[in-house]
Amino acid sequence: MRDIAIISFAQTPARRSVPELNEVEMLMPAIHGALEQVDMTIDDIGFTCSGSTDYLAGTAFSFVSTLDGVGPWPPIQESHVEMDGAWALYEAWVKLQLGELDTALVYAYAKSSPGDLPMVLTRQLDPITVAPLWPDSVSLAALQARSMLDSGKATEADFAEVAARSRKSALDNPNAQLAWDRPAADLLDADYHVAPLRKSDCAPITDGAACVILAAGDIARSKIERPAWIRGIDHRVEPIHLGLRDLTVSESTRIAGEKAGVSGGAVDVAELHAPFSHQELILREALGLGDDTDINPSGGALAANPMMTAGLIRIGELATRISNGSANRGVAHATSGPCLQQNLVAVLEGEA
Amino acid sequence: MPDITLPESLRDVEAVRSVRTPAQLDYQVVAGDATTRFLRNITKKRIVGQRAPGGRVYVPPRGADPELGQATPIEVEVAQVGTVTSFCVVNLQFYGSGMEIPYTSALILLDGADLSIMHLIQEIPADQVRIGMRVEAVWRDDADIEPTLESIKWFRPTGEPDDVNVRIPGEKRGTGLGSWPGGVPPTELVVRNPRTGLGGTAADGGED
Repeated sequence: MRDIAIISFAQTPARRSVPELNEVEMLMPAIHGALEQVDMTIDDIGFTCSGSTDYLAGTAFSFVSTLDGVGPWPPIQESHVEMDGAWALYEAWVKLQLGELDTALVYAYAKSSPGDLPMVLTRQLDPITVAPLWPDSVSLAALQARSMLDSGKATEADFAEVAARSRKSALDNPNAQLAWDRPAADLLDADYHVAPLRKSDCAPITDGAACVILAAGDIARSKIERPAWIRGIDHRVEPIHLGLRDLTVSESTRIAGEKAGVSGGAVDVAELHAPFSHQELILREALGLGDDTDINPSGGALAANPMMTAGLIRIGELATRISNGSANRGVAHATSGPCLQQNLVAVLEGEA
Repeated sequence: MPDITLPESLRDVEAVRSVRTPAQLDYQVVAGDATTRFLRNITKKRIVGQRAPGGRVYVPPRGADPELGQATPIEVEVAQVGTVTSFCVVNLQFYGSGMEIPYTSALILLDGADLSIMHLIQEIPADQVRIGMRVEAVWRDDADIEPTLESIKWFRPTGEPDDVNVRIPGEKRGTGLGSWPGGVPPTELVVRNPRTGLGGTAADGGED
């Protein structure tokens, strides 16, 4: 395997709505920021890959217009995934593994504010038997949370602990949308949002964008002192029908973590893409993370959840911590689909 | 098809050949900064393109210069007169169109702009519209001007002589539209990188 590292990461401040900008206008600061940090231009990039979906903003082929933000002329090598940018990063990593190119730029963005997000997300479900029922994303997550409670694996207080810790960590994240310091016990006083979930258990709806730059071997070393090397990366998907799965576990995360080599060393930090508090508990178990791992120091998706972007941000946040020396080895996770249907796990490490 | 054995209860039932699952999602789509500025100028009956420092003039602007990958903060008013660079005659009535057929839809390169806009050509029989024809904007009555390109009702011929060297947007060499500069297909020589200057030159078909 070729050594590939993350050498730059930039994101826009997460906001509930960015009504004054269109998607490419919102996205450009992330792209330019990531390039400028390592003194690169688009002409130094071998491959560009993006993640987004037109369903969010309701604008057909919006990913084509946002490509204008990188300057795709003369024609560039480019690809797009209708998925979280973490999967765009995976495609870029594969592309760099081929050995023909040495650098890649990966970006992701979402404007969820133009539509009704929980309803929009119903369109990813089985089109014949499930989507016509319009089960919104929060209700599906609540089914999963209920399974957690009934299985005895967690309590509502456990959910609240995750919610409180995440929002407290977010106080140190200048890009966070939701950050506060309240005792977990107080959260339980609130009414249910969709039982057994409270609002504090749910990720906010976010407009935002992020960009990551990858480079191979010595090019990465020449750009920054401490590249965040991708030691392993894998993704797995589960059936679309929720009834076929045990919702209290994430088998796809477990396998992806195993293939990515999570257990091959100490995990200083884990950035987990859990849009609902109970999902963090499932992911920690699936990845075998113990109390010695700092979970979501950024606040995670509960602090800011730009669709198609929050997974890439997890990888970027971890890379930043490795590059600045505050962590040596960590795990980043991204999810997609209802109730953790599809999961990607990456292991990043500083120079050994 | 593999042999499928249905349970007793499903034998001899009529097959479901299709299902209808209507879906509707409502969006509040925002114009964004560049388009907002463009449309605000339309309400003043001005057509104002935008460019990045060192870049081309885009009308209508959509927020980013695709050559430079930069925002387009600089506003440049362009003429309300331009040249038809391509057109089609629509003979088909379709949903949502209030137009009487046949009518002509055209790409119009306004003087001073580097990107053509799409609009209607009227006040001339459809079969007389041609590439190179000079046309001008016809606005709605002042009371009906709104932040939409529909505030321009259509374009009509100015009566000026045709531009025989229709300019391909982005190329300084005049050519007949549909042909390549100098009749030569684009090669790496004529594909010049606007950021690095590498690629073609004025002499071999790129820009100077």
